[in-house]
Amino acid sequence: MSHADTMGGHAGLMEKPAFSVPAKKMAMWLFIIADSATFAGCLVAYGFLRNATPDWPRPFHSIVNVAIMTFILITSSLTMLFAIDAAKAGDKARAFRWTLITAAAGALFALLHIREWLGLIGEGMTLLKNPWGTGLFGAAFFSITGLHLLHVTCGVIALVAVGIRYQGGRYNADDLEITGLYWHFVDLVWMFVVPLIYLLNLGH
Amino acid sequence: MAMAEGHKSGAGRYMVVYILILAIAALQFVIAYSNITGPQMFARMLILAVVEAALALLFFMHLSDNHGLLWFVVIFTGFVLLAMQYGWTDSFRELLGAPWAKVGS
Repeated sequence: MSHADTMGGHAGLMEKPAFSVPAKKMAMWLFIIADSATFAGCLVAYGFLRNATPDWPRPFHSIVNVAIMTFILITSSLTMLFAIDAAKAGDKARAFRWTLITAAAGALFALLHIREWLGLIGEGMTLLKNPWGTGLFGAAFFSITGLHLLHVTCGVIALVAVGIRYQGGRYNADDLEITGLYWHFVDLVWMFVVPLIYLLNLGH
Repeated sequence: MAMAEGHKSGAGRYMVVYILILAIAALQFVIAYSNITGPQMFARMLILAVVEAALALLFFMHLSDNHGLLWFVVIFTGFVLLAMQYGWTDSFRELLGAPWAKVGS
């Protein structure tokens, strides 16, 4: 009798995971691939509109806010790595502390983003119109940055929730690493949003 | 504590990659103020963004440690991203009446 027979037809369950990656981590990678297609779709659609619209507005006169936001988000990726490093080294307290620092950086990023939105809304920009040119700009800007802001907010909540459960012993270092993957992805998307949405629309 | 014993900190490497990504991001801001044409600016910024993303994928998300997963992510995502470029000709057609940007038209 073969091994497969003794397993009652469930021999497949004993196979190695794809790419030697645990199932939970693979699920996060598949989510990241799918989500990158979502963001890419939004950015390509934005590029299409911008290219085909002669009176596309260039409303940004200062890069200070977006530069600070970029610095905070990239730095939060580093603090996330410190958290994972500490977790893998078995230092729970340090891992939890770095996770909370990462979440705090994400929250600060979100607050700065909302402040920027309020400034633009105060200047008369809405989803459908703005004082500078085509109304499509507001729809594109708020949709793409809003989708990213939603990801950041979800990331902050996830970091706090996973951090607390890790501290309480319900989650382990792998769970923290998987949450970290998501956080790095949020950072990675911002690397494309900044040049395409902000820097190419800088008024000179 | 097998994991703790076998774990090797990557803090030094992370710092180097972090500084590189920050430097590339800063370069994008410098390019934004340079006196070049829109398409040139777009191309330079996009190339730098791809380099930034590659660094983050390889070293922050540890794809450099798993070549099988790296190729899976790159090929799968790359195919989807390339397929999305199908519509660009139409955006030029709407603006110029021709499928590609023409200098002086």
